[in-house]
Amino acid sequence: MPVASEAEVLLDEEQTDATLKDLARQLLEREPDPAELLLVGIRRRGVELAERLATEVEAQGGVAIPTGSLDITLYRDDFGQIGPKPVIGSTELPVEITGLHVVIVDDVLHTGRTTRAALNELSDFGRPRKIELCTLVDRGGRELPIQPDYLGCRFEVAPGEEIAVSVPSIDGELSVRRVPVERKK
Amino acid sequence: MTANTTNGGADGLGLGKDLTGLQQLTCEQIEGILDTAEPFKEISERRIKKVPVLRGKTIVNLFLEPSTRTRISFEFAEKRLSADTVNIASSGSSVEKGESLVDTARNLEAMRIDMVVIRHGSSGAAQFLADRIPSNVINAGDGQHEHPTQALLDLLTIRDRLGSIAGRRVCIVGDVRHSRVARSDIWGLMRCGAEVAVCGPKTLIPMGIEELGVTVLSRVEEAIEWAEVLYVLRLQLERMDAGFVPSLREYNRFFGVSRERLERAPGDIVVLHPGPMNRGVEIDSDVADGPWSLILPQVTNGVAVRMAVLYLLAGGSPERAESAKEARE
Amino acid sequence: MSRPVLITGGRLLDPSQELDGPGALLIRNGRIEACGRDIVGPDDAEVVDVDGLVVAPGFIDVHVHFREPGDEHKETIGSGARSAAAGGFTTVWTMPNTDPPIDDPAAVGFVRGAGERAGGARVYPVGAASRGLEGEKMTEVGELVAAGAVAVSDDGNPIWNAGLLRRLLEYTQTFDIPVLQHAEDTGLSCGGVMNEGKVATALGLRGAPNAAESCMVARDCYIAELTGGHLHVCHVSTREAVEQVRRAKECGAHVTAEVTPHHLALTEDAVHGYRTEAKMNPPLRTEEDRQSLLDALVDGTIDVIATDHAPHHYEEKEREFDDAPFGVVGLETALGVAMLELVESGRLSLGGVVDRLSCAPARIMGLDVGTLRPGARGDIVVFDPAERWTVDASTFMSGSRNTPFVGKELVGRVRATWVAGERRYELPREASPFREGAPPYVGQGSV
Repeated sequence: MPVASEAEVLLDEEQTDATLKDLARQLLEREPDPAELLLVGIRRRGVELAERLATEVEAQGGVAIPTGSLDITLYRDDFGQIGPKPVIGSTELPVEITGLHVVIVDDVLHTGRTTRAALNELSDFGRPRKIELCTLVDRGGRELPIQPDYLGCRFEVAPGEEIAVSVPSIDGELSVRRVPVERKK
Repeated sequence: MTANTTNGGADGLGLGKDLTGLQQLTCEQIEGILDTAEPFKEISERRIKKVPVLRGKTIVNLFLEPSTRTRISFEFAEKRLSADTVNIASSGSSVEKGESLVDTARNLEAMRIDMVVIRHGSSGAAQFLADRIPSNVINAGDGQHEHPTQALLDLLTIRDRLGSIAGRRVCIVGDVRHSRVARSDIWGLMRCGAEVAVCGPKTLIPMGIEELGVTVLSRVEEAIEWAEVLYVLRLQLERMDAGFVPSLREYNRFFGVSRERLERAPGDIVVLHPGPMNRGVEIDSDVADGPWSLILPQVTNGVAVRMAVLYLLAGGSPERAESAKEARE
Repeated sequence: MSRPVLITGGRLLDPSQELDGPGALLIRNGRIEACGRDIVGPDDAEVVDVDGLVVAPGFIDVHVHFREPGDEHKETIGSGARSAAAGGFTTVWTMPNTDPPIDDPAAVGFVRGAGERAGGARVYPVGAASRGLEGEKMTEVGELVAAGAVAVSDDGNPIWNAGLLRRLLEYTQTFDIPVLQHAEDTGLSCGGVMNEGKVATALGLRGAPNAAESCMVARDCYIAELTGGHLHVCHVSTREAVEQVRRAKECGAHVTAEVTPHHLALTEDAVHGYRTEAKMNPPLRTEEDRQSLLDALVDGTIDVIATDHAPHHYEEKEREFDDAPFGVVGLETALGVAMLELVESGRLSLGGVVDRLSCAPARIMGLDVGTLRPGARGDIVVFDPAERWTVDASTFMSGSRNTPFVGKELVGRVRATWVAGERRYELPREASPFREGAPPYVGQGSV
């Protein structure tokens, strides 16, 4: 839990929830047939965001849509530098993805490398009709030509700072904060 | 280059450079490898059974003793992690022309490889190699010493079925004396808190095994009565010629694991076997193909466990990679 | 003849005459002329002041392997003899298991001749007990003795045929030589590469049980009792074999026994890590066995220390444990290991160690060395009993470096060795090992 004096709350629970509702609305606007949607969250915090989005889409559009999860650890491009991590999450895609409209859901978009890894991993599972990217926060600093199709909000980040998204299943609350790099959860 | 540094390391488990045996590992490290293996199981179920994590790594499978099963399992694991692999067998290689193991190793190093998976007929050969080259070394069976990835897949299979290893009663039946699998399983099971017994004719039980902390049972009926897991070892046919058992027929009669014997088990019991099986000698077909058998899940888990070990060792720590580079120069 | 040598300022230590005190020693014409206080040398004597160091009769090793002929890349008779001198040994008995084996008078003559030219310790060949070391037909024992052999043995192999051993123990009595037996029942050792037990089981190495040695020693002792011949049991390694030797001695059999420094100092635990420097035959045993060997050496059940110096080339040991040859070098570390295990631990006096290394071998084998009495051969060792030094195999005079004691700190270091009054070894130092102002050493070179 970040210390209040060091962490600047950018979106509180209500504001974060409202941002998710707005993202769900954008999704329904752009996909006329929600039955073909699959929301895939990137581990770890993207997974709960994808589930929350799916709940919102169902509430707003009346259609239940499936969600999945991706663990991109084995697709990272920095294995040689950071080495292995002992616990890898599972990748769970509940349906065959070929022909679907897959939306990758992540909490923060930074360099774009995670998204690149997710795209590669998805392509090993099939050939979706379309893949799009939905992120809660864009903090800038891209190192690859990747942009979000659905964006919650954009925050500037100074050197030595990070954006920390908290979700209830992992952190016990729903919020977006700006934190010093060392104190990032 | 030091083998098996026990703390730190970028793999998070502190496995160090090599995996030469389970004797020197802790329970946390063993359980950590099994946890890492879990997500790798799913990769083999995919349509495209391949992830790019070891892309560009070169792995040599140095099999100086015949092996089909272990070599194929390693090769699948390596390929599913996108590593480049080369297989070397003793026949037809420079080893057959009398090249020493240390020269073979140095020649491989000179070709800039990243890992060696070694199977060798002499106990200690994997450690010997690990101490002399900066590449990662994985022991795929050295003499009668250890076969750590086999034991890890056994542990994973037991954990999958029984939910835990700690507190389980496991009896290893058969040629314990000549078995590296038995030794690795004994270390792995004991580290993870299982109770371990061995059972077989006394000619096939090595001296001093009790001092390692295992119980010796002299009849297979006792083993079946006591154990929740029966680990049946292969009886190598040459043991009969060497006079350790008088005949295979007699071995089967007194130590073979049969349906009749298992049906008298007081509780649930599962049967594992490292393969390849001698049906009708140490294990009857009714058992191998019956409800007790976890033999095929073992084989499936073998690939996942080996992927996990390759993945954990391949990363290494950046400092180690640097010092290895210096050692080469 | 060389100049007379007067060694002064030393502590004369000779258990054969219960001598331990300051004094001087005069050697002339290759023999000890005088020994004691207030000795004045002739005017032409070379005077060496050893400044309080121990002056003792040179050590005798009745069990070494110099690999010539056949394996000169491991050791030659020359390098072996110089290695012996560096370890304080003035007499060594070389085992016949060379290639070809020393099983005829010509081969015995070759070893003797090479030994005389070596400029180190005196080299006495042990002849083969059976032709070709094959354990079947007795060699021409009398011819071997006539050519210079001092004993017979099939060492490396046991004399497994009890009938042959009986005939040898009978026949050798004519020539008054011992039969040196490598006691091993190969059916029980069964290809073992280390001691059978917990460590072998954990390492997955084939083990040889204690019984492989003790059964053979028991059998051999009964044959010695039957025949009255002199049976010398090589490299005793087990407590059970000690018991057999003790029993045979009590029964009056002519049985003697040796133990190696490595069996006194190490146990099977030294094999951990598949260290081939700890691979030898008989293997290192357990702590219980080691303690029993130390006790037996102290109480005289085991008569002597012998090194079983077995040189092997680096590359031969640098390989898989199963494939590496058996054996370790021992001549240059013997004194230091023995003092560490026996004197430092308070089990044996310094004189006791000199006895087991020098007087006792001379006594049991009937040699006119191993004493400082006037008239004996001028074979002398000078050593510093207090010096602690760390083993660096690269400084060995031996052709090989295969020692398990690399990096180990030992106590007691040989400073110089004289054979027949000629200085055959002197510890290289930046400064002279002896007190400044002493007359300069006049080099002798090889003879």
